[in-house]
Amino acid sequence: MQADEDMRKKAEAALKKNAAYGEDFDLNEYGLASEEEERADDLEELSEEDQRTLLNVGFTPSEDNRSGSFLMLNNAVTHSSLRDDDVVELMSLRDAMKVHDWVKDYSWKLVEPDKDKYTAMSYLQDANGYFIRAPAGKKSKMPVQTCLLIGSKQVSQTVHNIVIVEEGAELDVITGCSTKHGIEKGLHLGISEMYVKKGATLNFTMIHNWGEEIGVRPRTVVHVEEGGTYISNYVTLKPVKSVQAYPTVILDGKGAFARLNTIAVAHPGSELDLGSKVVFNAEDTKAELISRTITTGGKAIARGEMIGNANNAKGHLECHGLVLGGGMQRAIPILEANVEDIELSHEAAVGRIAREQIEYLMARGLTEEDAVGMIVRGFLDVGIQGIPDELKADIDATIAKIGENAI
Amino acid sequence: MLEINNLTVEIGGRRILKGVDLNVEAGYTNVLFGPNGAGKSALLMTLMGFSGYNVVEGEIIFKGEDITHMSVYERAQMGMGIMTQRPPNMSGVKLYDLLNVISKDMKDTEALAETIDMVRFYDRDVNVGFSGGEIKRSELLQLSAQNPDFLLLDEPESGVDLVSIEQLGKTINGLLQKDCKCAGDRCKHGKSALVITHTGQVLDYIEADRGYILCNGTVMCSGNPREMLTEIKEQGYEECIKCKLMKI
Repeated sequence: MQADEDMRKKAEAALKKNAAYGEDFDLNEYGLASEEEERADDLEELSEEDQRTLLNVGFTPSEDNRSGSFLMLNNAVTHSSLRDDDVVELMSLRDAMKVHDWVKDYSWKLVEPDKDKYTAMSYLQDANGYFIRAPAGKKSKMPVQTCLLIGSKQVSQTVHNIVIVEEGAELDVITGCSTKHGIEKGLHLGISEMYVKKGATLNFTMIHNWGEEIGVRPRTVVHVEEGGTYISNYVTLKPVKSVQAYPTVILDGKGAFARLNTIAVAHPGSELDLGSKVVFNAEDTKAELISRTITTGGKAIARGEMIGNANNAKGHLECHGLVLGGGMQRAIPILEANVEDIELSHEAAVGRIAREQIEYLMARGLTEEDAVGMIVRGFLDVGIQGIPDELKADIDATIAKIGENAI
Repeated sequence: MLEINNLTVEIGGRRILKGVDLNVEAGYTNVLFGPNGAGKSALLMTLMGFSGYNVVEGEIIFKGEDITHMSVYERAQMGMGIMTQRPPNMSGVKLYDLLNVISKDMKDTEALAETIDMVRFYDRDVNVGFSGGEIKRSELLQLSAQNPDFLLLDEPESGVDLVSIEQLGKTINGLLQKDCKCAGDRCKHGKSALVITHTGQVLDYIEADRGYILCNGTVMCSGNPREMLTEIKEQGYEECIKCKLMKI
């Protein structure tokens, strides 16, 4: 109890602590998002517009090919259902705290409440979110889908998620974040703590589709044990005011592996400050960080960081940025070796599409527009599996538009 | 099919081609010989319209139209296709997707892909990590999907091992429809080509009609390609540079 009180005091003190990176948001400008529940048991009964919003972030209202679905509107859980309750557990974090007394041992253990004003705010509000657990040895054939939606103007949404993949289990999660149609200004603060235990695998795909005046401050830390695998795909292709994220993966057991793919487009007026950090704390750990960003007039900052603390760790960092029609690209790779036997490398390149590549395709009979579209599509394709057709079509349409505008 | 008149080209302000005159008749395969740095590749790149190759004088007439200032796309649409020496790495562009786009799903390239052992490259990024021979096979497969009337081939045999060269030569021959023995018919239906070769090996498989020698950016000589090759093998290009008399 005393510890809780100490932490509360620290968090209160941190409410004025600016984040290390990204534009500062004044939390007082935003009202607290409502906790009032509007239950939506049958997602297909939502308005067509709402269903389209969900589909565009990979969330299928029909729940076909999904083992579970979780929807949060503002700060309230509106839907939580499970089809495959043998292999996965899904509920709100607050419910999970009631069901399992051990969940508290996983809460605020990876993300520090006083890291910055955004984590402090989420802590002090006792933010709710999703709790997903794959029990030991269980493998779900279909992914769990979650969606965090802002549905009111000028509010800050605070979310706290915990994902636990127990020993030998496998779990796929597709999570989408979006705003309801017509919502312009807002703030999303999302805390995610993920635990990949011995020999387990977590595939985590996150699709952001925010509005032009939305500020987004996710805070994610992932802990991976011996032989565990964490794969993350982060996709943000639509205009947003500002996203600043620096997810950190701690490879804490022998042979643990992580791959983080980031795919982002910075439109005019958007600022994307996207980092990924891997800490190699055990022998034979491996990681790949791949960032593909495009600016069509906005700012894109790709930070990649690898800290090697154990022998025979191997990591590769790739930051590629295309400038199509203005904007700013900055790639900041950081490699740190604290032991002798380690192999960390990076490859960074920013600039326009090589004329030679465009003409190569034109010589095969493609128009300049089609050639640019094909190159951009290839540039952004890092082989994400399991995204629904509607989202694929939306991604293709966005890319086609980028191709047209780039000429 | 193709008529090049007094073509003078600069790259980065440096004059690479000087007053080149050259013709390729419909159904003909003409061969371009010449020492390294003579401007052979530059000529092919200029014909396709790649940027950086600035035509400062002269004209290129293709199928009766002046294409000197047309875009690469327009030339491709008119039926021109090219196999370059060092195509760029196309990261993220899968060979299979590109073939579908090129052929507009009209032409089935599967059989050829199997013959030249390229099916296993379908999911690979075009040219990325390809060996010299793999690049040639991939280029040929793309050209076959594109099915142009006029082919520009820059050293199709370089980097290809001795066993594969036969397959490659036969494939090119097939693309050119050289099996059609009737000269008149070939003029009407066959393809035309301008081929750069250093070794002449590819000539064992395709019927070449006329040869040109390019030295220092100028056509020095033209004639029977086989005789020219024998001559070059015996005497090198020194004779051509000295001679210059045979300039067309």
